[in-house]
Amino acid sequence: MDRTPRTLFEKIWNTHVVAQEPGAPAVLYIDLHLVHEVTSPQAFAVLKERGLKVRRPDRTVATMDHSIPTRGGYEAADELGRRQLRLLETNAAEHGVRLYGLNSVQRGIVHVIGPEQGFTQPGMTIVCGDSHTSTHGAFGALGFGIGTSEVGHVLATQCLLQRKPRTCEVRFEGRLGAGVTAKDMILALLSKIGVGGGTGYVFEYTGEAIRALDMEGRMTVCNMSIEGGARAGMVAPDDKTFAYLAGREFAPKGAAWDQAVARWRSLPTDAGATYDRTVTVDCARLEPMVTWGTNPGQGVGVTQPLPDPRNVADAAERAGLEKALAYMKVEAGRPLLGQKVDVVFLGSCTNSRLGDLRAAADLLRGRRVAPGVRMLVVPGSQSVKNAAEAEGLDRVFKDAGADWREAGCSMCIAMNGDQLAPGELAVSTSNRNFEGRQGKGGRTVLASPLTAVAAAVTGRVTDPRTLTPDRPVALTGKGVAA
Amino acid sequence: MSAPRFTTLTSRAVVLPNTDVDTDQIIPARFLKITDKLGLGEKLFHDWRYLDDGTPNPAFVLNRPESRGAQILVAGHNFGCGSSREHAPWALVGWGLRAVVSTMFADIFRGNSLKNGLVPVTVGPAVHAELLAALKADPSLPVTVDLAAEQPALSWPGGAPVAFPVDPFSRTCLLQGVDELGYLQSFLPKVRAYEEALA
Repeated sequence: MDRTPRTLFEKIWNTHVVAQEPGAPAVLYIDLHLVHEVTSPQAFAVLKERGLKVRRPDRTVATMDHSIPTRGGYEAADELGRRQLRLLETNAAEHGVRLYGLNSVQRGIVHVIGPEQGFTQPGMTIVCGDSHTSTHGAFGALGFGIGTSEVGHVLATQCLLQRKPRTCEVRFEGRLGAGVTAKDMILALLSKIGVGGGTGYVFEYTGEAIRALDMEGRMTVCNMSIEGGARAGMVAPDDKTFAYLAGREFAPKGAAWDQAVARWRSLPTDAGATYDRTVTVDCARLEPMVTWGTNPGQGVGVTQPLPDPRNVADAAERAGLEKALAYMKVEAGRPLLGQKVDVVFLGSCTNSRLGDLRAAADLLRGRRVAPGVRMLVVPGSQSVKNAAEAEGLDRVFKDAGADWREAGCSMCIAMNGDQLAPGELAVSTSNRNFEGRQGKGGRTVLASPLTAVAAAVTGRVTDPRTLTPDRPVALTGKGVAA
Repeated sequence: MSAPRFTTLTSRAVVLPNTDVDTDQIIPARFLKITDKLGLGEKLFHDWRYLDDGTPNPAFVLNRPESRGAQILVAGHNFGCGSSREHAPWALVGWGLRAVVSTMFADIFRGNSLKNGLVPVTVGPAVHAELLAALKADPSLPVTVDLAAEQPALSWPGGAPVAFPVDPFSRTCLLQGVDELGYLQSFLPKVRAYEEALA
């Protein structure tokens, strides 16, 4: 028996290679294929053109999330959006694919419902025509985003042609302080390595702070792996993973559950296994993070000054910095604290799960959204929405003056009616602050749900740690703009 | 079925040296509601390319007269980062581009490009800087991407060809127009055996 120590990634990769011809990429078996309305139409068209059927509809799950309005259903969508949603219904019906459609009480963002329904399981290969498929790595699965041609490949063959990526261990050492969350951990990593720093790698997140996170926090971290250029990010499964999955609709049951857990326990990286690279983040030193620029790697601690282009020697880097600062209309060399906020968005596949809504509601309870600020709360799935309503979280948001919506990608992608007006600045719990990402001309500050609430109630970029009953918000002092 | 082919190409080049150009800039999300691949070339780099009133932004490189007909884009580091949307290479190809030169490409974008006959040419920073300087001196400089050569190379007048890495499988697919789905289907007996062993 081969006893070579292996990483979590290598164990999954090795057991999914169906064939490997010399010089060619591996033929990799895909256990679970998630499908949504935006990146699948042209793939289903290829199947039609070639007279092919979906080979394993039982391993394929579809939902509607990107172009679906968060209120008003189909009628609220524009003609193209409506056509795209209807086409997914037709394609799913024709191929016998399970679809969580418009009126399903389990519909939601693809990366929220996969785990929620128990489709996502340790050891699986999981793909979707969506870069945030890295989210599923939180369960010790290999999940990564693919293009539409590849969506067609998986629909037709349940396989993909893939080159083996390199591995990078990302160690989150130490413990998080109060008010610092999983979102701040991943934003801190991205600010350290940049948006291309993980290109060619699969991340495995390890360390005390990762073990301490609940499954939702781990999903938040894995979700943004792609923002560092890594197609996948993974966390070794443990008792928290199994407890999360136990009893979910599509998780194994009875004797099959016991066998699965035994198998899953063999997945974590072996002692002595090596990674191609290691990056370490000291969590004890982290503070709530905010992005100030136009990519997710351009972030700083909320009390820290923004970089100053005058201190940057490399010309291309300096030009990029200047362009980002100019687009964002923010000032170099001083903290973002006090920056005026127009919109607060709580949602997206990064931060729209029940734990995110609870944390936000706890901080918001008894407070009001500041005058002139629009706050949108969009649960990640209808199940999350119903669970939140059962706890009365919707009342907290509505009483504070926030807008409470149906599940969807909403303002994270701004192709469904929810968007910023040109020039507006949003503090957003989503994953991308690219130019125009939340609406043409809109400006995005990425942050945790706590920092988002702090912005909502003060109307300014605010350190959420200052927002406690015994430490009322101070809007004066160093670094606070008028 | 046959995929787009690429052997060798000599063309003028468009220069967009910004680093970390994400796929939301290449094709904004609001144009992803289509159910085919048509018309994306007109939307390429939309929010940089057009002013708020919808007229072309004269300062943007694609709108300059000398860019017309160019088939090679010389881009900055980490081109194509962000979303997995294949609409990005569809838009680049729709505009008429067939190769992009950079010092690094995002993984998903690179894979999507190769499937659409758009060749990602990765060069070192020094070569990249030389090419930018040569194009600054002469914006109409013809640039050649030769994939048919045994060692695929990038070249332009006044310098020696520079080899660029492309894996043998992708090269063969591009040279011969190999249909990747057809190739994958040839493994279906092995896939069935794999599934049976799992069950």
